[in-house]
Amino acid sequence: MKQAEIVVVGAGPAGLSAAAAAAQAGAQVLVIDENAEPGGQLFKQIHKFFGASEHRAGQRGVDIGHELLEEVEGLGVDVVLDASVWGIYDGSTVAVASQEYSWRVKADRIVLATGATENGLSFRGWTLPGVMGAGCAQTMMNVHRVLPGQRVVMVGSGNVGLIVAYQLLQAGAEVVAVVDALPRVGGYPVHAAKIARAGVPIYTSYSVKEADGDECVEKVTIWRVDDRWQGVPGSEIELDADTVTLAVGLSPMAELAWVAGCRFLHIPELGGHVPVHSAYMETTVPGIYVAGDVSGVEEASCAMEEGRLAGLWAASAAGRLSVAAAVAAAAPHEASLARLRSGPFGAAARGGKLAMDGRRDEAWGQTLTRGGA
Amino acid sequence: MNERRIEIHPILGLRPERRHVTIHFGDRPLPAYEGEPIAAALLAAGVRVFRKTSKRGEPRQLFCGIGRCTDCVMIVDDLPGVRTCVTPVRDGMRVEEQDGRGRWERERGGGEP
Ligand SMILES: Cc1cc2nc3c(=O)[nH]c(=O)nc-3n(C[C@H](O)[C@H](O)[C@H](O)COP(=O)(O)OP(=O)(O)OC[C@H]3O[C@@H](n4cnc5c(N)ncnc54)[C@H](O)[C@@H]3O)c2cc1C
Ligand code: FES
Repeated sequence: MKQAEIVVVGAGPAGLSAAAAAAQAGAQVLVIDENAEPGGQLFKQIHKFFGASEHRAGQRGVDIGHELLEEVEGLGVDVVLDASVWGIYDGSTVAVASQEYSWRVKADRIVLATGATENGLSFRGWTLPGVMGAGCAQTMMNVHRVLPGQRVVMVGSGNVGLIVAYQLLQAGAEVVAVVDALPRVGGYPVHAAKIARAGVPIYTSYSVKEADGDECVEKVTIWRVDDRWQGVPGSEIELDADTVTLAVGLSPMAELAWVAGCRFLHIPELGGHVPVHSAYMETTVPGIYVAGDVSGVEEASCAMEEGRLAGLWAASAAGRLSVAAAVAAAAPHEASLARLRSGPFGAAARGGKLAMDGRRDEAWGQTLTRGGA
Repeated sequence: MNERRIEIHPILGLRPERRHVTIHFGDRPLPAYEGEPIAAALLAAGVRVFRKTSKRGEPRQLFCGIGRCTDCVMIVDDLPGVRTCVTPVRDGMRVEEQDGRGRWERERGGGEP
């Protein structure tokens, strides 16, 4: 069986950062990703990042992605693409399926950086072709350079909804409307202003009633919702659209942590069920670490800082770095994370991570119904 | 090539030039670019139904675009259940709409399942 000191699952911003930090500390690192290209969701993020310059504000995700890749390559990290990890046994054997064969690798330490998956929203017609995740539209237009539709209704006015709506305009689509059930716009005002200036109407306190069409979306009906989230009959507005994009949140993709027997807590602020982890990013299964969206949905900037921490602590646990050296190396990343979570949009994640700390005992008290010991 | 292909982008610039290949959707030859996922080529060609569900025969196309939901599975070179959003095109590839779980037509031997 193949051996690796540290196996990182996922080559997104979190996984690549973890790999870089661990390799810098001298560890032998193997990164596995099921995509044909590394970078995770970074290469579709063509907007400029927010925050301070230390968080690469003003830079676009796609450029940050190229820099990270160069760093990882320069450190001699082994990156295997087109390979899906489908299991973890005994906390240390990683099972992988490549196109033509499957293989296993024995790891001293494992970092899970598998990201998140987009949430759906049910309304009549939500399974019709033309209804898709906002990230799906983002992938198709910014990575594959194909428009997912011509006339788009965006559901959700958080940052992802606003940013992707603007990117749809940049790519040449028409955004018919942005709709949000909440009474006010969820994302940064500057993003909302950009699409409002382009003439896109933003309907707050509105939701989708139904999407109609024979074999694909041809018409979308929205209606006002009251303060108990019930649609108000008579308030319907019909929109001529061929596409509905959903930006209604993400959920951590934590199946691998689950099969490895990690304890979970349900923390809405972090996107749902998350593997319980310490400030060292270690889960309740010793030797298995998490970083990025899988440990709680945030932004790419946070994912990169968490990745650095997970990589450092995994390398330290593998004996590559003294605890004192790891503490010193981790400090700037911890400080940076604290700053990222200090603004109004970071408050939820900060609260979520605190709640997780406070409820660790509860997680240990649960009976595991599946997974390991 | 057509209005769904984003040739010039205000941030990303010109679409990188890639080798042209041809895939076959049913009996329809479709132009595609080497390396792009099947789903991108189908979207560019205006194909909206990728498969029909097994019980109610409802149409499906794409949902996540990154290989996570299996909404986009089709029969590719006689193999059903292929995620077209993460499977790159190959010249001469045959892609068919999938009905339910599809059929296994390909003779598989030699140690393969
Ligand atoms: C479609 C989408 C679009 C987004 N757009 C934005 C945006 O515009 N702005 C923003 O701030 N945030 C956005 N986000 C949030 C985004 O998740 C974070 O910004 C950031 O990308 C998270 O980094 P990550 O490394 O944790 O996960 P990801 O970037 O998702 O990387 C995870 C990687 O793990 C791989 N992987 C997963 N499971 C396996 C497995 N079993 N085996 C092998 N490999 C595996 C995946 O292929 C992927 O490359 C988006 C999220 C999604 C899902
Ligand atoms: S669209 Fe989700 S797997 Fe392809």
